[in-house]
Amino acid sequence: MPVTLTINGQRHQLRVEPRVTLLDAMRTRLDITGPKRVCDRGACGACTVIIDGRTYYSCSMLAVEAQGRNIRTVEGLTPIDSATGATSRAGGVAQGKLHPVQQAFCDHDGLMCGFCTPGFVMSTVALLEKNPNPTAEQAKRALDGNLCRCGTNIGVLKAALSAKGVVRG
Amino acid sequence: MKAFAYVNAANEKEAIAALSPSARAGQRDALTAARSGQPSSVPISGGMDLLGLMKDYIVSPDRVVSIKGLDQSIAGADGGLRVGAAAKLADLAEHAQVRKLYPALATAADSVGTPQIRNMGTVGGNIMQRPRCWYFRNEEFNCLKKGGSRCFAVEGENQFHAIFGDGPCHIVHPSSLAVPVIAYGGRFRVAGPNGSRDIDAGEFFQMPNTNLYGESVLQPNEIITHVILPAPGQRSAGYEVRFKQSHDWPLAMASVNLVMSGPTVKSARIVMGAVAPVPWRVPAAERVLAGKTITEAVAVEAATAALAGAKPMSGNAYKIQIAKTAVKRAILKAAGA
Repeated sequence: MPVTLTINGQRHQLRVEPRVTLLDAMRTRLDITGPKRVCDRGACGACTVIIDGRTYYSCSMLAVEAQGRNIRTVEGLTPIDSATGATSRAGGVAQGKLHPVQQAFCDHDGLMCGFCTPGFVMSTVALLEKNPNPTAEQAKRALDGNLCRCGTNIGVLKAALSAKGVVRG
Repeated sequence: MKAFAYVNAANEKEAIAALSPSARAGQRDALTAARSGQPSSVPISGGMDLLGLMKDYIVSPDRVVSIKGLDQSIAGADGGLRVGAAAKLADLAEHAQVRKLYPALATAADSVGTPQIRNMGTVGGNIMQRPRCWYFRNEEFNCLKKGGSRCFAVEGENQFHAIFGDGPCHIVHPSSLAVPVIAYGGRFRVAGPNGSRDIDAGEFFQMPNTNLYGESVLQPNEIITHVILPAPGQRSAGYEVRFKQSHDWPLAMASVNLVMSGPTVKSARIVMGAVAPVPWRVPAAERVLAGKTITEAVAVEAATAALAGAKPMSGNAYKIQIAKTAVKRAILKAAGA
C-alpha cells in the first residue's frame, strides 16, 4: 500500500506491504541505516528513533502507522549526510560538525563496537531536548530502554550528563 | 510475519465492524477460534505486544485493524477517573492527578518495560497483552494455550510462573495496570457490536480452566475503550519486586487501596500481580487489615494471609516470599509507615 513517511524533515513516498515495520522500511527501502536491526522485538533499543519528540522502537511499529508523524533518526542530527540529503534538525549545528550529543559520546568513550550507538544517541537527544540538565538518576531512567553489550554504559551516562548546547525540542 | 490486510478504523463503530467476522468467514473463524483461540481479525493500538506475537507466528491474523483513533484522554469523571484505552503509558505515569490520587496506578504505569515501550504502549494494550510465558511465546512449543496437549512449564522451566491457580496452564497475568485497576475497584468500558457496556475489572479476567485460549471475557469483536475508576481510598500504593529495573515484568507486585476512618482501616482491597493467571485479589488479607491501625506486624500478618494458599511449582517457591514482601511493603507504603 502507498505510504508517506516524513523522516528528518524529508517526505518519502513508497509502496510497502502492511506488515513492513518502520525500521525495515527505512533500512531496506530508504537507505536510512542509522537505526539498527538487532533484536527486532523492542527489547534492545538499537532501532530507537524520535517520533514527535518521544523515543520509539522503530522495529515495533508498522511503517503504515508512522504516517503523518515527524520521524527523526541519527542521520538527521548533522547536516552532512549526503546519502539521505537529510538536513539539520538540531538547530545551530555547523556543517561538518557532530551534534553535541555525538561529540559527547566521542569525548567520553560512549561507544565501542558502535552498533547500539545510534539508538543511544537518539535516546540521549530526546532526553536533553526535554531536560537539558538531567540528574544521573533521570539520565539512567531515560536511557534504560537501550542496551549495550560492550559495556560502555558508564561512558554513555557521562556523555549524557556532559553534552552541552542541545536545543530544547 | 504472515501478510495481512490493514484497516485504519476512523472510529469505534468502524473498528468493531472490521473486527467482526463476515458471514462467510464466520464459520472458519469459529473453527480456528475453537482450535487455538486465534481470531482472523485483531486490533492494533501501540503494537508493542502484537507485532512481537506476529513476528513469532504466535498470532497470525488475516486482518489488522488500527484503533489508534480511540480516546486517549485522561480526566477526572464522576468523582473518579476516566482513562481512554489509547492513552499512552507514559502519559498515564506522568499525569499529575493520577500520581496524586491513584499512586498505585501511576507506579505501575511508570514501571512498565522501558521509556520507548511506555511512549508506544497504550493502557488498553497493557491490559490485553498476551502472557509472557516463554513456552507460549516460543513458536516451537505447541503448548496448551495454543491448542496443544500439555503445559510445558509443569516439568520445565517455571521460575517465573504462577504460584496460584492450579493450572492447567500456569501463566501469570502480564498486565501491571490490571492489578491497581482492580484494587481501585475499577471497570472496563467495552464497545462491541451491541453497543457499550461496563465490566467490573475484578470479573473481566478469566482463569485457564474457564478460558484456556484467552485471558478475559472480551470477545474478538469487542474492544476496551475506557478504564473507569471510582474515587480512591484515602491511602493507596503499589509495590513491585523486580529481577531487573527495566526491560522486564515484575516477579511479584501488589496494589493496596485503603478506606480509612482516622488512623484505622475501614476497608481494604489488596491485589497481587504476577502470581496467578489473573490478577489475584486476596480477601483474606483484606480482612486482616479491616478495623486495624497499620503497623509492621499487621502488614506482615496480612501478607502471610495473602500467600496462605500458594502452591508453588518445582522452581518458583521463592516467589512466595517475594510476593509476601510486595504485599507487606505496599501496605506500609500506603499507610505512609
